[in-house]
Amino acid sequence: MQYPVALQLHNFISAPSSPEPSTPLPENTAKVIKITNCRVLKDRKIVEKDAIWIQDGKIIDPHKFFWYQKRLPDVVLDAEGLLVVPGFIEAQINGAFGVDFSVPSDQETYDRGLMKVSRGLLKYGTTSYCPTIVSSSAAVYHQVLPLLKPRPGSSDSGASILGAHVEGPFINEARVGAHELKVLQASANNGFQDFKNVYGFEGDTPEAQRKLSEENLHSVKIITCAPELDGVMESIPDLVKAGITVSVGHSMANTLQAEKAVSQGATFITHLFNAMPQFHHRDPGVIGLLGSRLDLPRPYYGLICDGIHVHPNSVKIAYDSHPEGVILVTDAMSAMGLSPGNYQLGNMDVTKEKDRVVIEGTNTLAGSVITLDACMRNFIQFTSCSLIEALEAVTLHPAVLLGIQDSKGVIKPGADADLVFLSDDLYVKRVFVAGQEVDLGTIHV
Amino acid sequence: MRLVIRQDYDAVSYHVAKYVKERIKEFAPTANNPFVLGLPTGSSPVGVYRNLVKFHQAGELSFKHIVTFNMDEYVGLPRDHPESYHSFMWKHLFKHVDILPENVHILDGNAKDLDLECHRFEEKIDAVGGIELFLGGIGPDGHIAFNEPGSSLNSRTRVKTLAYETIVANARFFDNDITKVPNLALTVGVGTVMDAREICVIITGAHKALALAKCIEEGVNHMWTVSVIQLHPRGMVVCDEDATLELHVKTVNYFKSIEKVHEQLIGSDNVGLQGGVRSWGGVGATTYHQ
Repeated sequence: MQYPVALQLHNFISAPSSPEPSTPLPENTAKVIKITNCRVLKDRKIVEKDAIWIQDGKIIDPHKFFWYQKRLPDVVLDAEGLLVVPGFIEAQINGAFGVDFSVPSDQETYDRGLMKVSRGLLKYGTTSYCPTIVSSSAAVYHQVLPLLKPRPGSSDSGASILGAHVEGPFINEARVGAHELKVLQASANNGFQDFKNVYGFEGDTPEAQRKLSEENLHSVKIITCAPELDGVMESIPDLVKAGITVSVGHSMANTLQAEKAVSQGATFITHLFNAMPQFHHRDPGVIGLLGSRLDLPRPYYGLICDGIHVHPNSVKIAYDSHPEGVILVTDAMSAMGLSPGNYQLGNMDVTKEKDRVVIEGTNTLAGSVITLDACMRNFIQFTSCSLIEALEAVTLHPAVLLGIQDSKGVIKPGADADLVFLSDDLYVKRVFVAGQEVDLGTIHV
Repeated sequence: MRLVIRQDYDAVSYHVAKYVKERIKEFAPTANNPFVLGLPTGSSPVGVYRNLVKFHQAGELSFKHIVTFNMDEYVGLPRDHPESYHSFMWKHLFKHVDILPENVHILDGNAKDLDLECHRFEEKIDAVGGIELFLGGIGPDGHIAFNEPGSSLNSRTRVKTLAYETIVANARFFDNDITKVPNLALTVGVGTVMDAREICVIITGAHKALALAKCIEEGVNHMWTVSVIQLHPRGMVVCDEDATLELHVKTVNYFKSIEKVHEQLIGSDNVGLQGGVRSWGGVGATTYHQ
């Protein structure tokens, strides 16, 4: 064979825009799983007949795997055409399966309760959540918050815990909801320091202060507060700087105050419509944030989508006015997930029916028992939104709210392999946590 | 050569994919004797790949003992750029099938020594015993791979400068910015393709009609490099009705009638995959229409 004379190429070659690896990639021999034959929610679109590659509990780029490592997957699983989406993220849940996060106990009991919920929630597609603590005394926070440090999930221990959602106690007693009046804090005149004292962010000695401060701060992911209380508005920037998501809720704020809270850094509204003044056309209050014309983006808003806490038409109105902001939450209480019957939960006697719970002998709702996947199905029904919008309301939106969208709530290389397989009618069929399939049959709660 | 005319792009894609599948089945590849396939990129083979993936998913075709050599790749484009030919092949074929990564060969446009890379590519083809079946498309200027008009009909794998027309045409994949389009590519030569034991060129669409006419009704000419197929003992063109628009009616009728003869007189059972007649009323003659 004749070969052409070598050309002087250095003048003509355009520089590559990203360098190729000059040394061979280190051998990563960890097992690679390929899930084939799935419809995948990827890059905000649904891709038909696609596949997902997983290694070391994360989603990987199959391109690099095939071309550089030159390997075939070790395990190939067939999704049988199911819709595969990121695991759901729950931003507000007070308990479930008889467990109440706001009731302090010794670490072992508390951990057992947490694991019961973490595992049980997988059945409904939730793979990450923020255990929510209702307004409590400082003593309770000091006991409970250190036990709620974020931790990754696994197919054995269940959903990952993202940190606590402390709903209160800096909330307005006029909108106390189901919380106890006597533990509310009427003001935060010392600003951020008051928050630190109540939640136990600081201890006695400087060393304990620093340690607790770091430990407890990491335990708190979301704080719901009423910005119109003295001192709360000014504290918002400090809270945001400490890495906490600030949410407006249980509040009597007028629209001006609510908008100021958003300018100060609040990015969420806790269960829109509930525990806030009704919509009034001349002063829409917190609900008015959905019509805000600030330079800042409008905040996300939580919606309890059981059709009971918020009328379906109200859900649609909120969605129509601000579709990119919707985050579905359950705000479920400890009776969620229990089979119908009478229970004594904390100091309440309740009757759980199939999809609601009432104070025993009455028709008064004792809270929400909806599950997050049911919220999503209801949401599509109430608003006629697209499938992708409904899915993003429980995946991408909460992930962005909490700043974790590189690892949760998305299917892309580098993200945690928390996956939910849904049937066509959007029921949970299979669940993966950190790249391992969960045996849903072994979860008994 | 054989000219197989089908109704439209989908019918052409199905025919070619089925042909490839049957050829591989007949060959019965093993690990020691794999089926070596030459593969193109571009819009022509997308339907073929789609059908091959369907066959694979239906369990009718395994890629375990198939070795592939692609025709070309851009120089200087990162391998995982969405417009690289690595990405194209991954997206349309490799990610859906069970081909072994070490059996896939695509020219490395980022090699430090491009000439050596081309040389090595030819050596790899030799090492597996040459290409059994080379699939290809055709450009509107009658080029095969990146062998633009004027390429030697005996050329081997080498670096080619892309014609300005080609760069402008490709700009649509690079944000319509011609400064982002690579201006060099590595390509197999015309000679490399001719070395394959069989060639199958896919030609669809009215915009390819002139090229098809130049390549099969006129002489072998380096201005229309696909015309070299006229010299190959087993060359086949599969095209749709639109691509025949510049051919003489006589040409089209002739090739269509051959197929009819096969069907009616000989019976499709008796026609070998490569056009030969297996048996004819007791006479053991084998004829090939090439």
